[in-house]
Amino acid sequence: MRLRLQVNGSQREAEAREHESLLTVLRERLGLWGSKNACEQGECGSCSVLIDGDLVCACLVLAGAAQGRDVRTVEDLAAGEHLHPVQRAFVDAGAVQCGFCTPGFIVATAALLRDNPEPSDAEIREALSGNICRCTGYGKILEAVHRSAAQGYTS
Amino acid sequence: MTIAPPKTRLRGVVGESAPRADAPPKVKGEFVYGSDLSREGMLYGATLRSPHPHARIARIDVAAARAMPGVRAVLTSDDLPTREKFGLMRADQPVLATRVVRYVGEPVAIVAADDPEQARLAARAINVEYEPLSAVTDPVAALQSAAPKLHDPKDGNVIEDVRVVHGDPDARADVVVEGEYEVAMQDQAALGPEAGLAVPGPDGSVTLHIATQWLHEDLRQIAPCLGLPEEKVRLVLAGVGGAFGAREDVTLQIHVCLLALATKRAVRMTYGREESFYGHVHRHPARMWYRHGATRDGRLVFVRATIVLDGGAYASSTFAVVANAACFGGGPYRVPNALIHAVGAYTNNPPTGAMRGFGAVQSCFGYEAQMDKLAAALVIDPVELRARNALENGDRIVTDQQVEGSAPVAEVIRRCAALPLPPQRSSNDPLELPGGAGNLTHGEGVKRGVGFAVGLKNVCYSHAFDDFSTARVRVERDQGGVVARVHTAASEVGQGIVLVCEQIARTELGVQRVIVETPDTTIGSAGSSSASRQTWMTGGAVLAACREVKAELVTRARGRRLDDVDVAELLDTPVERVVTHRHRPTEKRNDTTQNDGHVAFLFAAHRAVVDVDVDTGLVKVVQIATAQDVGKAINPLAVIGQLEGGIAQGLGLAVMEEVQLKDGAVRNASFTDYLLPTMLDMPPVVCDLIEFPHPDAPYGAKGVGEPPTISSTPAIVAAIRAATGRALERVPVRPDDIVFGASSHSGWRVAAGDDPRGAERVR
Repeated sequence: MRLRLQVNGSQREAEAREHESLLTVLRERLGLWGSKNACEQGECGSCSVLIDGDLVCACLVLAGAAQGRDVRTVEDLAAGEHLHPVQRAFVDAGAVQCGFCTPGFIVATAALLRDNPEPSDAEIREALSGNICRCTGYGKILEAVHRSAAQGYTS
Repeated sequence: MTIAPPKTRLRGVVGESAPRADAPPKVKGEFVYGSDLSREGMLYGATLRSPHPHARIARIDVAAARAMPGVRAVLTSDDLPTREKFGLMRADQPVLATRVVRYVGEPVAIVAADDPEQARLAARAINVEYEPLSAVTDPVAALQSAAPKLHDPKDGNVIEDVRVVHGDPDARADVVVEGEYEVAMQDQAALGPEAGLAVPGPDGSVTLHIATQWLHEDLRQIAPCLGLPEEKVRLVLAGVGGAFGAREDVTLQIHVCLLALATKRAVRMTYGREESFYGHVHRHPARMWYRHGATRDGRLVFVRATIVLDGGAYASSTFAVVANAACFGGGPYRVPNALIHAVGAYTNNPPTGAMRGFGAVQSCFGYEAQMDKLAAALVIDPVELRARNALENGDRIVTDQQVEGSAPVAEVIRRCAALPLPPQRSSNDPLELPGGAGNLTHGEGVKRGVGFAVGLKNVCYSHAFDDFSTARVRVERDQGGVVARVHTAASEVGQGIVLVCEQIARTELGVQRVIVETPDTTIGSAGSSSASRQTWMTGGAVLAACREVKAELVTRARGRRLDDVDVAELLDTPVERVVTHRHRPTEKRNDTTQNDGHVAFLFAAHRAVVDVDVDTGLVKVVQIATAQDVGKAINPLAVIGQLEGGIAQGLGLAVMEEVQLKDGAVRNASFTDYLLPTMLDMPPVVCDLIEFPHPDAPYGAKGVGEPPTISSTPAIVAAIRAATGRALERVPVRPDDIVFGASSHSGWRVAAGDDPRGAERVR
């Protein structure tokens, strides 16, 4: 099927099979490799994207369901070399090791802080419990979220 | 002559928590992992795997698969260029199963097609006729004489057999405790799946871009199986999405190269999560029988143990895992007399191999449970009992090797125990209790427990292995000024070796701009990113190369101090040095394993605080405190990241992570069914880094990756025992073990220290 959707502010078109996920289309058809495929089942959050502002796992969204919708991926956040405050905080807090989960955490954190600019530890843990990191043990990720919040990121 | 410009203070030297250079591309989603590789017109590979744990292959029919649209190659063992086998420490594994399959998931055929869907469907269309054989999935049963032999019949199913005989193995003691313990199979669960891209060259060569822990070892195994000389196979490190041991073994490397050579097209292979569970080795499950003896005042007199490790269908690194389980099976204590017998067995379970802390993780669970039993029998505080027996410099571990350089075990214990405890639970809000948002309790059955454990492991390779790393350091002048380029083959798997190399080069050379180049096989081996060794080995190689470069700069400065010179002025031609760094030699293992087999030892202690709902059997870990002897923290932030991340994996093994097997098949090959700790499961960690520099290590930095995973698991289980009074002799602890006190005995009777080949079946 021919898919038309808005991706990171641009109108994009792609061929997709009916059973293919939005994640496959983003990665293999549109060359947006930032969203990662680690579990294919919505368990790890590595493919977190926003559809019409809602945080979803792109691996669980049929590509066809994204027809005509507004999709925002991790690639939407930095302006060239200028990192988004959440990205900056992850770098500075030491929240990145292998980095495979990182794009998903960045997108999920940005969505959290948009809705709750000053989350508590418990709120952060609950909000990010759908994202798995195998490297860090989450301590520095928690710190990175607080740092982003402290920098007043609300956009 | 110009006057040197005023020097600005260097940022990001040894000892500073500098940010990682690879973090900005990673947070932007621009970092290219193995599974992100692509080439115009590339093909996609897929693998057909055995559904049987043990079977004869009667016939394979690929005609239907070859005729399918988009299919470019279908290869079975008949199509292989050679009969070479592969394997990390013993070449016992066929590239594709030949005549027989030995585990569920063993590769039987491979396919390349125009798109991944076509490749998968074609693999499914291959018709294989199997004649099932009887399978042996219990490692103790596999060691008995009646068991079917899976490889060379003259060794039975023994892969490795290590005995440690120390002092008087028949020594007697005032107080004796014993127990049988089990560690289940754990998965590394690196988030990045196995992935590689093979690009054939016009001259019959192939370039493989691959996410791996050791490029040169992959090369050593790949080239013969392709029937190519090593010069015709080039490996380049792709972005690695975590490893933890799972990328030490060859998985798809040979397959993807074969498909590229057969089709003369670039081919990418990426495992999905289910296939990843079948495609890589896991942590060895273990059965352990332990007996400890001590004096009434709490001095260890003897340790006796029998340890059986399930090696699965192929050997992988079982040799080293068995040796580690035995060598470190006495713990970080003064043990004057010991008899430890560890055996690794072939079975028809999936192959097991490296995972963080290998061998040491298993035996630590056993000996630390024993130390708590001993403390209870002696009515001594468990922390005090450990401190009383702690190794000091000059003491010998059970392999008779003296601990030199730094052995602050008592210090590690004391400082861990002194870390602040979390406040008492003040609320009955279900969100803060075991079960969380499941709303399973209001605190009525919730009990708190505290547990403590200490562990040790070697750093670097042991037992006379020629362990080295190679570094090229080049200092030159370009438009941006002076730049240092560091090239090694060390795999950055997430642990931060890029940072270590960069910070060492910056410190040694006084050059701010340091570029760490992409690892590949055009330079000498760096050894594996394993055994907590890269800081010591590749860090050491970079340090040595930098010092040679600096010596040349000093020569060029002709008597002036480098601080007084504009270094750019000395670089009309670049300075480049390549250095191969070795640690001091270690001794081969002898029959009783009484020798200097290891380079140095790593120590850590963990204290766990848990809340347990005894009605549901659910556990919430409330806090982990740890003190670890790191030698020197090259980058404290990165070290804490290693500690916290390693503890998370130890927590997983303690309470949730298990590859569940039934008749050799994995029952939970997904992240839905294989549970991993999330942010809700992982408590705050309180760290105390202890820096006793080791004289042989760069800046004294000993390596930090594995100890966090070794003693965190037994500390958590000790805390659950303290809260519940249950024996809990198996990890992961399951809710039933807590609620019903379910027993996990193997059904085999073995006297601790005896040969498990004489085990007696008791039920």
